[in-house]
Amino acid sequence: MIGTALPPLTVEITPTFVISAAIATRDFQDVHHDRDAAIARGSKDIFMNILTDTGLVHRFVTDWAGPRAFVRSIKIKLGVPCYAYDTLVLSGEVVEHDGDEMTIRVSGKGNLGEHIAGTVTVGGMS
Amino acid sequence: MTIEEDAARIAAQGESAPRLARDPVNPAMINNWLEALGDENPRYVAEGVAPPAMAQVWTMGGLNWQRTADDPLGAIITVLDEAGYTSIVATNSEQNYRRLLHHSEHVASTTKLEGIVGPKRTALGEGYFVTTTTTWYVGDEVVADMLFRVLKFKPKPTQSGVLRPVVSKDTEFFWEGMKAGELRIQRWGDELRHPPGPMPPDGDLDAKPDWVVASGRGTVYSYVVHHRPAVPGKKLPFVIALVELAEGVRMLGEVLDVASVHIGQPVEVAFVKVDDELTLPAWRVIA
Repeated sequence: MIGTALPPLTVEITPTFVISAAIATRDFQDVHHDRDAAIARGSKDIFMNILTDTGLVHRFVTDWAGPRAFVRSIKIKLGVPCYAYDTLVLSGEVVEHDGDEMTIRVSGKGNLGEHIAGTVTVGGMS
Repeated sequence: MTIEEDAARIAAQGESAPRLARDPVNPAMINNWLEALGDENPRYVAEGVAPPAMAQVWTMGGLNWQRTADDPLGAIITVLDEAGYTSIVATNSEQNYRRLLHHSEHVASTTKLEGIVGPKRTALGEGYFVTTTTTWYVGDEVVADMLFRVLKFKPKPTQSGVLRPVVSKDTEFFWEGMKAGELRIQRWGDELRHPPGPMPPDGDLDAKPDWVVASGRGTVYSYVVHHRPAVPGKKLPFVIALVELAEGVRMLGEVLDVASVHIGQPVEVAFVKVDDELTLPAWRVIA
């Protein structure tokens, strides 16, 4: 299984997506829903919050691993911001496989470059 | 006290007191999360459990949250704000989940400052990396933990001092035209529209616009001489004119190098390049 590539996940980062995911993760920082405030703080637009990054990575891996898999850890490092109107493409590859546990290296790239780099450990993978 | 001494003092305080989530684990918040993230995994609804990645969501402070006095991240943010490192961006999140959380379990969290590293020069500006650890409990049982890192930084000054326009999907063609030395007007069928909007004046939602390049000539329809307040990047006073273009639409812009201005005065467009990203329209009086 090492070397297996996960099916890529493409997410259109519409303003509606940025805002609804920020609110669903209870992150009310203005830069995630108020464009004027985001620009005043030096950003070019509203941008995705980190809890949404974690959530998208989680969904990306369980979409592939199936409903029985249990995500044990999500470790992500943020690169360039992911602004509204971006298109984020998540890709992943199995890099470790030990018993029922797999580690997947994940990358999320948008128009500006790599937004998310990280690893996910998932159990229940017999 | 230096920033490092403050950080050492805050770190030595250890874990903050447990803060109980506003709500127990519940289907409404889980469903909102699944909808927003587009997660169609049927397990959560079928078994009455939450996605592990929601661990942090349960204890988020909410809309009107004030950090508690013993919150170590709040304390170090205050120290760094006062030292001029006023902006913040999250850089790392490393979460571990021990088990699935079921409906009605009530999570509490504690946070500890692990340390700070800096000052470092980064692409965003000079700043400190701040690392905290958060632990989530149900009763005495640890159910999840997280290492979280943010960069607190002094934002770099912007490329130029002028106020920058908000460029949207509707106005992008106009600003691209500016960069190319073209004054573009939005067109819906036979009808020109300025400022550009998302739909034609008749409200037809299926219509798609294109644009025409204006001749760049027009006459002053109205104007103001701006004396105060100060405007970033502008020397006072300056003249802003509403110009009626030969094509019929009216457009705002500064009138450059003007000794006097009057209604009906002929003008032509000028392109004021601010930087590689921004060119502003302006007017010059035709002699």
